[in-house]
Amino acid sequence: MYLTRKVEFSASHVCADPARNDAENRALYGAAANPNGHGHNYVLEVTVDGTTDPVTGMVFDLRELKQVIQDEVVEPMDHRFLNREVPPFDRVVPTTENIAIEIWRRLEPRIRREGVALRNVRLYETGDLYVDYSGPQGGDACV
Amino acid sequence: MRLTRRYRFSASHRLDVPSLSVEDNRRLFGKCNNPWGHGHDYVVDVTVEGSPDASGQVVGRAALDGLVREKILDRFDHKNLNQDVAELAARVPTTENVAEAIREMLAKDWPLAARLARVRVAETDRNIFELEIR
Repeated sequence: MYLTRKVEFSASHVCADPARNDAENRALYGAAANPNGHGHNYVLEVTVDGTTDPVTGMVFDLRELKQVIQDEVVEPMDHRFLNREVPPFDRVVPTTENIAIEIWRRLEPRIRREGVALRNVRLYETGDLYVDYSGPQGGDACV
Repeated sequence: MRLTRRYRFSASHRLDVPSLSVEDNRRLFGKCNNPWGHGHDYVVDVTVEGSPDASGQVVGRAALDGLVREKILDRFDHKNLNQDVAELAARVPTTENVAEAIREMLAKDWPLAARLARVRVAETDRNIFELEIR
């Protein structure tokens, strides 16, 4: 059974590769390359895959899941400038793709246990753009 | 990794199968058979799949937006689907067929490195159609 927990956090970022000049970054990332940064209200949906425990009737303790997401994502990223305050985004461009990969990397070891796996991380940058990341299998580079 | 981008267009249509009788069309399509047509604000989600490139993106937003604008939105927005969209001329413009047409029109000469993975079309908040592309 899949269980999905949703959380929001707000953060600013700049999408620019330091090895490129401003014009190249504008061509690559558009308005998101503004060196002074801009922000989003990110919406994160974390989906856990597991078997319903016959005694508790739960796939995963929701309080624990909430705490893990709080510790690993909300606390470090909410109301932060990702490029300046949240490694690895001092050296990895914080595109929605790379933020989703980093969130997976942070959550996965704390969720994985017997009969339970992190299934998917869906990260909305806006209501009109989201990415789904289901882990490094399939050749995705892990940050 | 999959990336989904949302687009919108507004269009009119009429559901009618010429080979069926007036009564059968009315029974089959109900209000959607109104001879004068009617319209919707359609929402189209386009999903692409691939690994992020050196820029950290599965697809460049401008490239995807430009492609969808040119191939779909410019063709569908503020149009009559029965009369203005050649790809729908031979089929009833149900949202099922609209989704199929959008898939075909996008897939033809697809220029992006990321694969077209899914087309999802919502006619209203309550009627939603998804095509997984294998």
